[in-house]
Amino acid sequence: MAMIVELGLQGLQMLLVVLIAPLVLGITRKVKARLLRRIGPPVLQPYRDIWKLMHKEAVLAHNASWIYRVAPYFIFAATWVAAALVPTYATALLFSWSADLIALVALLGTARFALALAGMDVGTAFGGIGSSREVMIASLAEPAMILIVFTVALVAGTTQLSAIATTFITASVGLRVSLGLALFALICVGIAENARIPIDNPATHLELTMVHEAMVLEYSGRHLAVIEAAAALKLVLYFSLVACLFVPFGMATGEKTVGALALGMGSYLAKIFVLAVLLPIGETSVAKMRVFRYPIFLGGAFAAAALAVFLLFVSRGF
Amino acid sequence: MGSLAFDIAHLLAGTMLVLSFVLLYQDRVTAVLNVFALQAIVLALSVAWQSVAQASPHLVVTAAVALVVKGFIVPAALHRIVRKLDIHREIEQVIGGGVTMLAGLALVALSILLVQPVGEVNIITREDLAFALAVVLLGLLMMITRRNAVTQIVGFMSLENGLVLAATGAKGMPLVVEFSVAFSVLIAFIVFGVFVFRIRERFDTVDVSALDSFRGERSDRI
Amino acid sequence: MSVPIELLLLLLVPAVAIVLLALVTNYRLGAALNVLACALTFGAGVGLLFVPRMRSDILIVDDFNIFFVVLTTFIGFTTSIFSATYIAHELETGRLTPLFLRFYHAMYQAMMLAMNVALLANNTGLIWVGVEVATLSTVMMVGIYRTPEAIEAAWKYFILGSVGIALAFFGTILIYLAAQEVLGEGLPAMAWDRLVQNAARFDPRMMSLGFVFLLVGYGTKVGLAPFHAWLPDAHAEGPTPISAVLSGLLLNVALYALLRFKMVLAANPASLNVGAIMVVLGLISLFFAAFMLYRRRDIKRLFAYSSIEHMGVAAFAFGMGGPLANFAGLLHMTMHSLTKSAIFFAVGHIAQVKGTQRIAEIGGLSVTHPVLAVGFSFGVLAIAGLPPFGIFASEFILISSTFARQPVLAVLLVVGLLVAFGALILRLQDIVFGDPKGPKDPVEASYVPLFLHLALVLVAGLWLPAAVVGWFRAVAVLLG
Repeated sequence: MAMIVELGLQGLQMLLVVLIAPLVLGITRKVKARLLRRIGPPVLQPYRDIWKLMHKEAVLAHNASWIYRVAPYFIFAATWVAAALVPTYATALLFSWSADLIALVALLGTARFALALAGMDVGTAFGGIGSSREVMIASLAEPAMILIVFTVALVAGTTQLSAIATTFITASVGLRVSLGLALFALICVGIAENARIPIDNPATHLELTMVHEAMVLEYSGRHLAVIEAAAALKLVLYFSLVACLFVPFGMATGEKTVGALALGMGSYLAKIFVLAVLLPIGETSVAKMRVFRYPIFLGGAFAAAALAVFLLFVSRGF
Repeated sequence: MGSLAFDIAHLLAGTMLVLSFVLLYQDRVTAVLNVFALQAIVLALSVAWQSVAQASPHLVVTAAVALVVKGFIVPAALHRIVRKLDIHREIEQVIGGGVTMLAGLALVALSILLVQPVGEVNIITREDLAFALAVVLLGLLMMITRRNAVTQIVGFMSLENGLVLAATGAKGMPLVVEFSVAFSVLIAFIVFGVFVFRIRERFDTVDVSALDSFRGERSDRI
Repeated sequence: MSVPIELLLLLLVPAVAIVLLALVTNYRLGAALNVLACALTFGAGVGLLFVPRMRSDILIVDDFNIFFVVLTTFIGFTTSIFSATYIAHELETGRLTPLFLRFYHAMYQAMMLAMNVALLANNTGLIWVGVEVATLSTVMMVGIYRTPEAIEAAWKYFILGSVGIALAFFGTILIYLAAQEVLGEGLPAMAWDRLVQNAARFDPRMMSLGFVFLLVGYGTKVGLAPFHAWLPDAHAEGPTPISAVLSGLLLNVALYALLRFKMVLAANPASLNVGAIMVVLGLISLFFAAFMLYRRRDIKRLFAYSSIEHMGVAAFAFGMGGPLANFAGLLHMTMHSLTKSAIFFAVGHIAQVKGTQRIAEIGGLSVTHPVLAVGFSFGVLAIAGLPPFGIFASEFILISSTFARQPVLAVLLVVGLLVAFGALILRLQDIVFGDPKGPKDPVEASYVPLFLHLALVLVAGLWLPAAVVGWFRAVAVLLG
C-alpha cells in the first residue's frame, strides 16, 4: 500500500512537470507581452500550439539521417527525466536516491549534445551556427554550473537534491554570501541554458541572432512539438532547481500527510508562478547581448560561482 | 552574539569582495565610480559593525570618515572631473575581461592560501585577513589592467578599502593607524586629483597608455 | 619622562616651515627660509646626540636611529643650500615658476618632517605614515617640471609607491596581530623595543608572512630589483636636488624600516630566514643595475641605476648578518648617501651649464669647467669604489667578511662591483675628457655642498672617529 502511494507521488511529480511546462511558457509570454504594452497570446496557447503541431505533417530534408529523427524524442526523454527528479513539492520520493545534481548536469549535457548534432545533421548553415554557438555557451556555462553544484554540496554535505533540500529546510544554514553568489550564478547559467534574453531571444526571426532556434529551424510537425515541449520542460527544470535549492520552504519533508503535501504543492506552484513572472520582467529590462560578449557574461557567472566556493574554504580551511 | 557578530562581519566583508569583482567587470567609468561608492558604503557598515562587536567606539570615526569621504565626496568629485574634462567613457583594458576575471579568481585563491598559517592562531582573524588581502590584490589588479587614469585612482582607493578592512579587523589597533589611513586617503586624493588634471592637460586624454611614449626607458632616451 | 627639546624641534621646525613656505611669495626669501629651517633641524639633530636615550610609546631615540637622524638632517641641510643656489637658473630657463617654487619648498620641508617622523617613531604604524608622506611629497616634487616625461615619471612613481606602501601596511598589520597575542592590544604591541624584547614568543609563521609583505612593500621604496621600476624615471625627471634627496635619504629611510623589522624577526629563531632573501635580492639588484649601467645615455638615469646597485650591496650586507657585515652595511649606507648626493650635485651643475642630460652631448668637462670636472671625477671614483674613499672601505670590509664565510657569494659580489666599476669609468671618460661639447656657461650654483660631501667621504675612508666606529659596532650587534 505504502509502495503504491510512493509510486503515485513520484508519478504525480513526473506528470506535474510535463503538464505545467507549456503553462509556464504561456505565462512568461503573456507577462512579457503585457510589459511591452501588447495583449499577447492567451496563457493556454502553448498547449494548443503543441496540439496543432502534433497533427501536422513532419517534413524532413532528404539527406536527414536517423539522428535527425530520433533526436527530438531523445532530448525530450532526457529533459523529462531530469525535470522529474528535481524535488518539487515533496522530498524523499521513491526515485529521489537517483536525483543527484551531477547526474542532472550530465543529463542536460546529453540532451544538449543530441540537439547540437541534430542541428548540424542536415548540413544547413544556420544549423551549424546554432550548434556551434550552443556548444560555446555550454563550454562556458557548464564549469559555472559544476561550481554551483560544489558550493551547494559543500554547504549541505551531499549532492543528492532531496537531501540538500531537507538540510536547507531543517538545519540553520544562515545568511551566507556563498549561497547568494551561487544563486546569482545559477540565474545567469539558467538564462544561458534556456536561451532567454540577454543570451538569445526566443521570439526572434533573425536567423543570424539565433542560438537555440537556429538548431531547430528545420524541424516541423510532431518533431517540433516534442522539441518545443522539451524546451518548456527545461525552463521548468531550472525554475524547480532555483526553488528547491534556494527557497525550499514549504516542501513536504518527513511525514507525507495530505495537508503537508497540499502545502508543498501550493508553495511549489506559487514559486513557479513567481519565477515565471520575474523572468520576463528581467528580460524586458536588458537588451540582448552580442555574441562576443557571452564569455564575459558567463565569465561573470563563473567568477561568482568560483568565489562562492572559495569563500566556503575561507572558513573551513583546505 | 559571538556567532552572529562573526556571521555579519563575514557577510559584509564578503560583499566587499564581491563588489571588487564587480568593479573589475565594469567597462564604463560612471559605473565604476558608482560601484566604488557602494563598496565604500559597505566598508563603512563593516567598520561600524566592528566597532559594535569589538566595543571600541573610536572605530565609528573611521566608519564615518570612510562613508563621507570615500562614499560621497570622492565619487562625486570624480564624477565632476569626468564630466568637466569630458573623459572618454569607455575604459580600455590591457587584457580581456575574461582573463581579468580569471586572474582575479586566482588572486582570491592565493590570498586564502597565503593567510592559512594565521589560522592556527585565530580562525576569525584569518577570515578577515583573507577577505582584506583579496580586496587589496583585486584593487591592485584593477590598477594594472585598466588604462584609464580615473580607474587607476579607483583601483587604488579600492585597495585602501581593503587595508582599512584589515586594520579594523585587527582588534585594538590604536588610533594612530586609523587616522593615518584616513589621512592618507585625503592626501592620495589630492595627489591623484592634481595628476588627473595634469595628465589631461598635457595629453588631452587620461588614457595612461599615452604616457608610454614618454617612458624614459625607450631606446632613444635611455 | 619628558620629551627632549631637540626632539620636539626636529618635528616642529619642519612643520612650521611648511606653513611659512607655502605663504611666502618671494622665492629668494623662501629659499633662504628653507635653508634656515634645515639648519635648525640639523642643529637639533646634533643636539639630540648628547641627550640621553629615551623611549615613549610613540617616539624613540636609541642607538640605531640617532645616527640616521643626524645624517638625514645633515644631507637635508646641504641639499637645501644647493637647491637655494640652483633654482635661480631654473627660474631663468623657465622650467620653474615662483608659484611652483613655493610648493616645492613646502613639499621639501614636508618630506624632511616625514623622514624625521619615520626615523624617530617607536610605532610600526607611525613609521609607515612617515614613509608614505615622504613618498607622496617627493612624488609631487618629481612631477614639478610638468613636462610629459616628468608627469609620466611621477605617475609611475606614485602608482608603484602606493602599491608598495599598501603591501607594507598589510605586513604591519600582520606583525601587529602576531604581537597582539602576547603583548595585548594597543600601542605596546606596536613599539619597536617591546617587539624586539618579546619576539621570541610571537607566532613565527605570522611574522614570516608579515615580513614578506614588508619586504615587497618597503623593498619597493628601497629600490631593490625587481621592484625598482619607478626609480630611474623619478631620478631623471625631477629637479636635481630631489634626485639627491631621493637617493641619499629616502632609500635609506626605507632600508632603516626594513632593518627594524629584521631585528624583530631575528629575535625569533623559528621565523623566516630573512638574511638569505635579502642576500638574493641584493645580488639581483647589484647585477641587474651593473649591467644596465652600460646602456644608459642619460646622466641622471646612470646614477639612478648606481643607486639601485648600492642599495643592493647594502641589502646583501645586512642579509649576510654578523657584526662585520652589518658594520659594513651601515658604513655603506652612510657613505653612499654622502657620495650619491655629491654626485647629483655635480650632475645638477653639469645639467645646468650644458643644458642637457644626455651623455652624448656632454663632453670635455675638464676643459670647459675644470673645478666641476674635478668634483665630478672624485664623486664618480668614490661611488665606483676606489680607495681612499669611504665606499671602498665599506665594500672591502664586506667582501673580506663574506669571503671568510661564503666565498662563492663574495666572488659574485666582486664580479658585480667590477662590472659596475667598468661602466662608470667608461662614462666618466666620456663626460670629463674628450673634445668639449655644448655651451660653456659658468656654474651658478654653489660648489660648497659638493666638495663638503666629498671631503667627508674622503676623510671617512681614511679615518673614522672612534665615536662613530663605536656606534656602528653597537648597532651591528643589535642587528644580529
